[in-house]
Amino acid sequence: MTGKLVLENLKNRPMRTLLSVLLIGVPVTLILTLVGLSHGMLEDAQRRTRAVGADIIVRPPGSNFLNLSGAMPEGIAGALEKLPHVKLAVGVVNQQVQGVTLGVVGVDLKKFDEISGGFHRLSGTTFQGPDDVMVDQYYASEKGLKPGDYVTLANHRWRVSGIFEGGKLAHIVAPIARLQELTSNVGKISQAYVKLDNPANTSAVVQYLKSDPGWSEYQTYSMKDFIALYSVNNIPGLRQFVWVVITIGVVIGFAVVCLSMYMAVLQRTREIGILKALGASDAFILRVIVAEALLMGVGGTILGIVLSYGAWWLIRTLVPASIQMVIVREWWPIALFITLVGAGFGSLYPGLSAARRDAIEALAYE
Amino acid sequence: MNSGGIIETAGLRKVYRVGKVDVPALRGVDLNVKAGEFLSIVGPSGSGKSTLFHIIGGLTPPTSGQVRVGGEDLASMTEAGRTRLRKRTVGFVFQKFNLLPNLTARDNIEIARFIAGNRKHDAGFGEALRLLGIEQRLDHKPNALSGGEQQRVAIARAIVNHPAILLADEPTGNLDTENSKAVLEILKDLNTRLGQTILMITHNPEAAAYGHRVVQMRDGKIVEGAGDQGPGVGE
Repeated sequence: MTGKLVLENLKNRPMRTLLSVLLIGVPVTLILTLVGLSHGMLEDAQRRTRAVGADIIVRPPGSNFLNLSGAMPEGIAGALEKLPHVKLAVGVVNQQVQGVTLGVVGVDLKKFDEISGGFHRLSGTTFQGPDDVMVDQYYASEKGLKPGDYVTLANHRWRVSGIFEGGKLAHIVAPIARLQELTSNVGKISQAYVKLDNPANTSAVVQYLKSDPGWSEYQTYSMKDFIALYSVNNIPGLRQFVWVVITIGVVIGFAVVCLSMYMAVLQRTREIGILKALGASDAFILRVIVAEALLMGVGGTILGIVLSYGAWWLIRTLVPASIQMVIVREWWPIALFITLVGAGFGSLYPGLSAARRDAIEALAYE
Repeated sequence: MNSGGIIETAGLRKVYRVGKVDVPALRGVDLNVKAGEFLSIVGPSGSGKSTLFHIIGGLTPPTSGQVRVGGEDLASMTEAGRTRLRKRTVGFVFQKFNLLPNLTARDNIEIARFIAGNRKHDAGFGEALRLLGIEQRLDHKPNALSGGEQQRVAIARAIVNHPAILLADEPTGNLDTENSKAVLEILKDLNTRLGQTILMITHNPEAAAYGHRVVQMRDGKIVEGAGDQGPGVGE
């Protein structure tokens, strides 16, 4: 019966209910989108790195998995190839072209094809000249590019020679020599991918590179370990940022529910008086108000999940190369819990004020 | 004070505090109502009728004096005790019907059962619904019911838990003559057939005449008809 009363109350003030659900749903969407973005970006980076097909990655001294500070001599790739068990070593140059989310990678296409099996071209050709770039279908879709079009990257006008299937190395690849020149890195590389004769030798080679005085200054990782570093916990500030957004979500949910239920209690003063005249206890009235708020919280969470799919679709449609988002279902119950906490606390004050209302005054309310 | 009445008051006083001023609403009311009696209380506005109704119904505590309803002493009763009294001992019928607008007539009756914790099937209640003539209107919400129908639903809600006392505050105040007569006949019928004790406040002398006894109030006191002058129970 309590459930019926709560449902009828929600049904009979549809605009208030819908607005409250919408306002609860928006922060839920923000939380789910932020979490989806952090997971999506990291998973995309992991996937592209894994697809390179290398066993080991060597990076400059002082760099970490996120930040490529400095550069290494180009000759390092050749030196690496002379080590036992090393079959191939390919140096690349990384250059950010749009914020921190999108970069162009300079490669020696011939050598890179040997290590990775090459890019699967969807249209166009490989580089036909030093100022050609190849882009993946996501970047092509985001910028509306097709083979033969021109695009400005790193303050340079490039011709798009071909479009390849995304998911390998980068969204944009350019000839390494031209990118070195344009970024004042002639004779230098940002990192080197190493392919071994047998992946079983990875630990031994990594161990050697870390302990040998000539190599120990470089940051050496097995690809497996390097890919594992792409986690939310390893991005400085990201976890804190997510918590800030969650806190904002709880506060907004609390405020919306508090205001909405306070209005509802005012509108229903007479009904509260009727319930009291029927013998409803303070706890019963509080329960009705809190249950109504929690139900709106559930509705807001469902709407937030639906809207997060909308955000996912928009990102995928409009900026598929710049940012990536995934739907993280594990966060649905967390979002629900967050919303219910906000809604539960938000309804306490209106609920208690309704429960403590004087029955005679409430019955006389017009 | 115990003289066997279902409602007994002695020296009952109620003072409301309005700002910094004390406003006496009841100035020593002595009343005895026997089980099965149909009592009408009349009096001008401000005479204390509604305050007496609210105290007997457990909606507000008295300031001083004694009041026993269904054998329970309301003067010393806590808020929780008065809530319990409203659940089980008294049923209210108001001038403005006071049905919950979002629920159907059936649910308005059911919620009173639910709040009282009354989960038992009550076959006899169907008879009461037939008596009230609202069987066909139970699935409508209050805004789809006429005033007379709403008041009949309110009466059904008030008696669904078989309270010892039915308190009716101007039950015909918002009804036309025909519906007023019908509601009063129903109250009379409930009293006669089921022995329902009824305490009715009214301004209308014709309505008051339906009671076994009429009590006149003025300035917070009973000025006429305080004693047990009514007919025997079930008469």
